[in-house]
Amino acid sequence: MQEIIIGAISLGLLWAVMTIGVYITYSVLGMADMTAEGSITLGAAVAAKMISSGRSPIYGLLLAITCGMAAGLCNGILHTKFKIPSLLSGILTMTALFSINLRVMGRANISLLRMPTIFTPVSDMFNLDKGSSVIVVGVLVCAGIIALLYWFFGTEIGSAIRATGNNADMVRAQGINTDTTIILGMMLSNGLIAMSGAMIGQSQNYADLQMGTGAIVIGLASLFIGEVLFGKRSYFIRLTSMVFGAIIYRIIIASVLRLGMPADDLKLFTAITVIMALSLPNIKKFAQGKRRSLSGGQ
Amino acid sequence: MLQVTNLYKVFNKGTVNERMALENVSLSLGVGDFVTVIGGNGAGKSTLLNCVAGVYPPDSGSINLDSIDVTRMQEYKRAKYLGRVFQDPMRGTCGDMNIEENLALAKRRGQHRGLSWGVTSKERIEYRHLLKSLDLGLEDRLTSKVGLLSGGQRQALTLLMATLKNPKLLLLDEHTAALDPRTAKKVLDISDYIIREEGLTTMMVTHNMRDAIRYGNRLIMMSGGSIAVDVSGDEKRKLTVEDLLRLFEKAKGKEEDIPDRMILG
Repeated sequence: MQEIIIGAISLGLLWAVMTIGVYITYSVLGMADMTAEGSITLGAAVAAKMISSGRSPIYGLLLAITCGMAAGLCNGILHTKFKIPSLLSGILTMTALFSINLRVMGRANISLLRMPTIFTPVSDMFNLDKGSSVIVVGVLVCAGIIALLYWFFGTEIGSAIRATGNNADMVRAQGINTDTTIILGMMLSNGLIAMSGAMIGQSQNYADLQMGTGAIVIGLASLFIGEVLFGKRSYFIRLTSMVFGAIIYRIIIASVLRLGMPADDLKLFTAITVIMALSLPNIKKFAQGKRRSLSGGQ
Repeated sequence: MLQVTNLYKVFNKGTVNERMALENVSLSLGVGDFVTVIGGNGAGKSTLLNCVAGVYPPDSGSINLDSIDVTRMQEYKRAKYLGRVFQDPMRGTCGDMNIEENLALAKRRGQHRGLSWGVTSKERIEYRHLLKSLDLGLEDRLTSKVGLLSGGQRQALTLLMATLKNPKLLLLDEHTAALDPRTAKKVLDISDYIIREEGLTTMMVTHNMRDAIRYGNRLIMMSGGSIAVDVSGDEKRKLTVEDLLRLFEKAKGKEEDIPDRMILG
């Protein structure tokens, strides 16, 4: 059991980066960005390709982030300049990325077995096994990202991005180009998601064309778990709650699998989790309305 | 300060719902003019304001602000010259952000936004001071979410945000219509005070005849997409609601009814 928990924590820390990316588009900008499904694979593909062709894992990671940001830029332009609804523009970018990912990798998957990864220096230096070094790197990366984003959303540009998701009319009235803020938000989000993909690929020792399928739903499930546990409080707490949400999601998944749920049902289970989180407020409202009408009042 | 020349705007062109919203509207405002704009539903007053603000472009005609041609300038670009308060108290502020963050966003209108802090401690002192002048008890609530404020408080805050950077033109679009009469009066008085204190050139759309008469130094009444009545100076000062109704009857020439809420207001 302990092994399962440690595995869940290490995987959760890597997926936390992705959850924070989803948080930027879903909670800050207020749109569900399907690009995530493509950019997580893109990140894994680019990093794996670089490592397997002998480049350093750090270089692969940085290039993965850059490519993810480029994917976010494309989606942002489709949405803001060509006025394609955000859900559709995300689906289009995601679909296009499927071909691009295949081109990057040259085949459906790349194995990284016995190759250096970003986790190798840590496991060498402290003489740790892979799982523990993933946790060390994951904690450091998550802490760094939270600090960076906490700072960024407090700056003038960061405030403008936050305000855009809240009230775009007002933001334009304050002389801010909302197209730019939306594009910046999407770039930031997809850069993080690709980074997450690059790290996930290296931790499991392979990149796979299909690894992004259902990723957005996993991100949303983690996000809702974080929100339920920590509430919608200050920015710092909200960002931190994404990390815990992602870890707890992994622990839940590991537990239900251990309890005997077939792995094939995983995506169904995750989707139901998200559906419950999204519909709960409405069900509550409906129940309250019922109760009120039963008691004869308004 | 504002020069509107031969403005035309048609909505749903070429369909059965085609509607002439602005028909050859020309208007010139001097520095410090405070004009109230009145008219029934569909008279074109909001369309005129939105064309000036850049929400949508006019079909023809031109708009100049302080001899800058802004006719085709994008909304966010010309925002640098404009202060705006909307009818809906929710539209002028970010409900999920706190008071000081909202003010800080407005404080940087027309300026480059970079990676320096969104709100500085020096600004906080200034904001507290400004909020105190509103006398709504907001000066001690700088870090409260704006979503928690009442409609009147939100409008007063929006007003403060709109005037923080001394706009060339202040656009008030029925900004008290959603408030109860007492709060509306208070917000109007605050508006009037700021406008006079700063000497702001202002266009205020209202559906309330009495407010239109009480405030400002000029009054225009719109009907069917054009300016039907335009009074200023002494003539405006002596104006009564009865005069206004008579002027309206004379000017409109079409079988158009004055909406009840305009008389009753």
